[in-house]
Amino acid sequence: MGVRKKTIALCLYFALLMIPIYWMLNMSLRSNADILSAFALYPSDLTFQNYIKVFTDPTWYSGYINSMIYVSMNTIISLSFALPAAYAFSRFKFLGDGQMFFWLLTNRMAPPAVFLLPYFQFYSTMQMIDTHIAVALAHCLFNVPLAVWILEGFMTGIPREIDETAFIDGYSFPRFFITIFLPLIRAGVGVTAFFCFMFSWVELLFARTLTVTEAKPIVATMTRTISATGLDWGLMAAAGILTIIPGALVIWFVRNHLAKGFALGRV
Amino acid sequence: MEKWENNKAWFLVLPVFIIVAFSAIIPLMTVVNYSLQDIWGPGQQVFVGIEWFEEMLANERLQDALWRQFLFSGLVLLIEIPLGILIALAMPKRGWGVSASLVTLAVPLLIPWNVIGTIWIIFTRPDIGLFGVTINSLGIAFDHTARPLDAWITTMLMEVWHWTPLVVLLAYAGLRAIPEAYYQAARIDGASVWATFRYIQLPKMRGVLTIAVLLRWMDSFLIYAEPFALTGGGPGNATTFLSIYLVKIATGQFDLGPAAAFSLIYFLIILLFSFIFYQALLNVGKGDK
Repeated sequence: MGVRKKTIALCLYFALLMIPIYWMLNMSLRSNADILSAFALYPSDLTFQNYIKVFTDPTWYSGYINSMIYVSMNTIISLSFALPAAYAFSRFKFLGDGQMFFWLLTNRMAPPAVFLLPYFQFYSTMQMIDTHIAVALAHCLFNVPLAVWILEGFMTGIPREIDETAFIDGYSFPRFFITIFLPLIRAGVGVTAFFCFMFSWVELLFARTLTVTEAKPIVATMTRTISATGLDWGLMAAAGILTIIPGALVIWFVRNHLAKGFALGRV
Repeated sequence: MEKWENNKAWFLVLPVFIIVAFSAIIPLMTVVNYSLQDIWGPGQQVFVGIEWFEEMLANERLQDALWRQFLFSGLVLLIEIPLGILIALAMPKRGWGVSASLVTLAVPLLIPWNVIGTIWIIFTRPDIGLFGVTINSLGIAFDHTARPLDAWITTMLMEVWHWTPLVVLLAYAGLRAIPEAYYQAARIDGASVWATFRYIQLPKMRGVLTIAVLLRWMDSFLIYAEPFALTGGGPGNATTFLSIYLVKIATGQFDLGPAAAFSLIYFLIILLFSFIFYQALLNVGKGDK
């Protein structure tokens, strides 16, 4: 396949990918009555009312802040727990390693509804309902195993001679891990951070169950656009467009790590 | 190359074990507990053994939902994995195109799932939605609220649109982690594009592809919010996937016992197939190493 054909195919794919997003943007710039009355390829009667509502109503914008707090907490917790564990799985043989590794992922396999009642009871007993850390911890259930799996995949790709050489050169384990090993797997760390962010960001069930008002996430606020008069499509689309931005920023920051892969030249 | 044998590695794994076990084991035991009892109210329960399991396994609507689910998740894997790899291979390797592509890919993944379903309702409406209007103007009668096949196509399209970027991102990160030296060696040997893919890129991507296959399998098998928002499981029961049926039992009829038994069966099916995929992917590339 020639380079040109490849690029055209890729652009076509991206265009298709963006069509529903464009439609959401289009909806977000129209009033609810306008959306439901007629088909319009672009908003003829442009209104920013939906966005103004999201930015001025505290129940809306505080949702974004709450989500960002617990999602960042979760991403940091997941990565810092998963990095050493993934290293252990990729480098060492130990009692029950294979079983343990697979068991981790099984935690993503149960219907999430299963966990709701026990979680609610547990966090109520701990008096942690409606705190950001409760949601961040609950999301570890699916993010930590995922982080371990992705990171292990990248670490296994790094030849073990690199570790051996470093230890012979007198590097301590923490110093080796941070100064040599982490830069080598930065693509993996980048993609893991993004996935943890993403899965925590869009998760609704746990986040809604464990919060009341103080830590109420944006995903839960969005389910309330259904009112007595029916769904406010425009408002929902505007909030939807705004949910994309934080995650897009995350991938923007990790993009170089993602694309660089690694340079084995230095060893 | 053999791994180093060292049981002290457990200390590196222990924090993860504690945090995950803490989140997972108690809830699962609660479900097992429910699944073996008949509960009428607080303090009023009777041990019923495996009765709920027998009842659920004999339930025809559940069996229908199960086959539907297998078909759906099977199609998801067959479409998204090859498509994801192809797109990852076509992605630019340097320059501004990389950043643009990565951000574009991330966009569908970042929208809350229930919102995706709701937006697609309008998007596919034959009177006011872009997709609905376009396809009708091409002369194709299309209505996902009335015709089961159309509902399936719409749900599938939405799923492929939403989740293929995840496969692309993983495959792309895997591709970029291949050292340049491998490609140089391939070029010196005069390897064709296909040979480079088959003997260098594919084996090196095995790790990330294993994760992609397992993730897409698990998550598509558990899919709930998007099809529920889009079709509500209809028309009829055409898009009532397993989780939609589970929620119907658990909340609609408020039968905790059967719902818990069903959850466990559900979990075991996903577990079994994930294990098969995992073993298969672990062994398939052994010869290439």
